[in-house]
Amino acid sequence: MKRYLLLLALLTFACKQNEVNATIVNENIKLKATIENNITLNVYNFNEFEPLLNKEDDKVYIINFWATWCAPCIKELPYFETVNEEYKSKNVEVILVSLDFPKQYENKLKPFIKAKNLKSKIVVLNDVDSNTWIPKISEDWTGAIPATVIYSKDKRAFYEKSFNLEELKTEVNKFLN
Amino acid sequence: MKNTVKLVLLLTLIFSVTAFTSSNEIEYNGYGVGDLVRDFKLENIDGKMVSMADYKEAKGFIITFTCNTCPYAVAYEDRVEALNKMYATKGYPVIAIMPNNVEVKPGDNMKEMKIRAKEKGFTFPYLMDKGQRVYPQFGATKTPHIYVIEKTEAGNVVKYIGAIDDNFQNADEVKNKYVEDAVNALLEGNEIDVKQTKAIGCSIKV
Repeated sequence: MKRYLLLLALLTFACKQNEVNATIVNENIKLKATIENNITLNVYNFNEFEPLLNKEDDKVYIINFWATWCAPCIKELPYFETVNEEYKSKNVEVILVSLDFPKQYENKLKPFIKAKNLKSKIVVLNDVDSNTWIPKISEDWTGAIPATVIYSKDKRAFYEKSFNLEELKTEVNKFLN
Repeated sequence: MKNTVKLVLLLTLIFSVTAFTSSNEIEYNGYGVGDLVRDFKLENIDGKMVSMADYKEAKGFIITFTCNTCPYAVAYEDRVEALNKMYATKGYPVIAIMPNNVEVKPGDNMKEMKIRAKEKGFTFPYLMDKGQRVYPQFGATKTPHIYVIEKTEAGNVVKYIGAIDDNFQNADEVKNKYVEDAVNALLEGNEIDVKQTKAIGCSIKV
């Protein structure tokens, strides 16, 4: 509440004096940052992350590897969001695995999650020794992202490719029938 | 008679589909360790064309598929430059190839490549894979993607494929310098311990 009063005060003041605009912008950024910082990231190394790849319940899991700096990943994220929403009742869960760099968690990843209002479960994988863990996700993975794993307790598929919504639904449906 | 014609048509169809599929696969399989590498002729940032055959004195090459716009590639720029400083005089120069479609990634166009190379003081050629014909031959899928190649009697042979080292985030915390180890082994005439590694990178933009 205090912040808003301060902002209001600044706004009023700004009407008289243009130079103050910069201060208001700064204050806005601070407010925005406060909201964004409420997002708590689950940052895992590979050992901590691995159980998410091997759940043995009745769900179908879609694990998508992405990063805010990866343009084709950003392009396909809405499709994963759509599938997560539309297939919830069919026992399908999307897990978005961010490979963003640690120094960008605060200034890029959190603001992105907030701005896009991402609803799927998000985890962050921070493990530099990718030569060890990439083959554990799939022997076929060269390491390029985007990449996606779809699995249920008795079936598994790996895709080193970009999806459109239709393709993604087709692949998920293979796990449902 | 009608049936025979039908059969022939069907067989032709099957054959053409199969032929098409297999030629596609060949194109995308790329090189493995031990494979011979076809030479290329690509434009450098100075406007000159560069081929491996130009390097009469070289014992081999450190070929890196890289670009301006991928954070992983950027994280390795200084280390690629260091590799060239360390190994060009020993017979293993670095050749960098930019594989992305510049219409998708304008930040990787020739003008931007020149700017980046100047800013970073690259001492190695930085080539444009114009038409994107070379990276599929190699089977490169991402930036950065490194191939260490040895010049032999039979031709240029792939000796190592993968990452430069095992820590993209921090050069000071690297435990395994894969490319250095590979080139050192070649220089000393030893067997390379780790011939292939995997690392995260940006998919090559088509």
